[in-house]
Amino acid sequence: MSDTGKAKGTDRGWPGRRVGSDWPFLLVITAIGGSYVLLIVALVAADLAYTSPAHFAAALGKPEIRYAIRLTLISCTISALLSVWVATPLGYLLSRFSFRGRWLIDTLIDIPVVLPPLVIGLSLLILFHLRLPGGNLEQRLQDWTGIRVTYAEPAVVLAQFAVACAFAVQTMRVTFDQIDTRAEQVALTLGCRRDQAFFLVTLPQAWRGLVAALTISWARSLGEFGPILVFAGATRMRTEVLSTTVFLELSVGQLEAAVAVSLLMVAAAMIVLGIVRLLGTKVGR
Amino acid sequence: MIELQRLSLRAGAFSLRDVNLVVPHGVYGVLMGGTGQGKTSILEAICGLKPVASGRVLLDERDVTRWKPADRGVGYVPQDLALFPMMSVRDHLEFALKLRHWKPAAIADRVAMLAEVLGIAPLLERGVRHLSGGEAQRVAIGRALSFNPQVLLLDEPLNALDERTRDRLCALLRSIHSEIGLTTLHITHSRNEARQVADRLYVLEHGQLSERPVEELTRERTASD
Repeated sequence: MSDTGKAKGTDRGWPGRRVGSDWPFLLVITAIGGSYVLLIVALVAADLAYTSPAHFAAALGKPEIRYAIRLTLISCTISALLSVWVATPLGYLLSRFSFRGRWLIDTLIDIPVVLPPLVIGLSLLILFHLRLPGGNLEQRLQDWTGIRVTYAEPAVVLAQFAVACAFAVQTMRVTFDQIDTRAEQVALTLGCRRDQAFFLVTLPQAWRGLVAALTISWARSLGEFGPILVFAGATRMRTEVLSTTVFLELSVGQLEAAVAVSLLMVAAAMIVLGIVRLLGTKVGR
Repeated sequence: MIELQRLSLRAGAFSLRDVNLVVPHGVYGVLMGGTGQGKTSILEAICGLKPVASGRVLLDERDVTRWKPADRGVGYVPQDLALFPMMSVRDHLEFALKLRHWKPAAIADRVAMLAEVLGIAPLLERGVRHLSGGEAQRVAIGRALSFNPQVLLLDEPLNALDERTRDRLCALLRSIHSEIGLTTLHITHSRNEARQVADRLYVLEHGQLSERPVEELTRERTASD
């Protein structure tokens, strides 16, 4: 090594200067990321400032709002469970198998993600009332099962599921993509059929993904408004869920009640998501 | 016995053509060759995990080319071990036995015997995420041996281990082999490892698989030792 090198401090791999502090970088990313967290906190704080315990009590005292809370919790849970039920096999298929036309299925599944939710509701309405030989789908279903779908409770679940399931499929596909296929292959050599390898080896590893898919689809169902309004309507004590309650209260000038219900949705979302995540963390350990 | 007759494999741009191999019954064969020559693909074809373009795979003189992996009775230890992360060591040793509906007492006896031989008895209730490299290798070998396979396939099973652990596991593999005389095909890059275990040496070079005298391993000492 030459003297010049030593003078510059490049001898034996020394950089010749001390690197600067990491604080500016950490401050910048915290500021950028934190701005979004602040926005959400500000939104909730504004809602809280606008309302009072009396408004909450008044809102909760209304039987139609209590009905909406119950229907919201039930429909979101059914929709989330249905979404995971469908998303698990579909995500696995798309992750593990190459087949002709897979790109088309990929594209079709993404449609509910990119389309305005209102369009999904409109499409559901058209699907159930399209003229077919022997009557439309709604009539046929009613004849066979006696169950009314459009503008009834099943429409709420179907509208939520149609959108939420797409998000669950994306989550499950990424989950299976991240699970090494090698363990599944070894299970096959140990005597498993493919279904046994899936249930005994792969699915237990996908637990966190399942919890995430359940959480995302539940949250997505809670926030769904457009397709419910179009396909299920917003009939009080029948198809009213919390998102439509906000709309209905606003439409009659009850801003305080609308804000109180909005905060109830925030609280419901935080409680359910918190419980599911806690459960996922504990079981996944 | 493991026999490959004019085996051809294709996987993307990679292909192997007309590979012939015979590992006689009860012999410990070592397969060596450069990286990317297709050694792992050959093992996967024997297991039934890689489709065969043409040719035949015979195990104990039965043509298993079209058989499912589950029906071939092959114990397989892949390079990355592929342990099941949600299971304990005991679960791994019991896995194949439960699939075969062994009675609980027979499973308990077999697990106790394997754990004793492999030196993993104190680890039986431990999750595999909490094992050291050497312990994980033993569990993978135990899982592959648990159901009395007709052949054992080891894909660089002792990689990433320190020399002392590697020597110990080589001695263990050799002693298990002497005990049960299981036909084995073991891939390795290490001449030292090969020297310790091989009855026969096979080398894959430029798509050609040939048998070489085991003495080559002691004659040609290289930097890999």
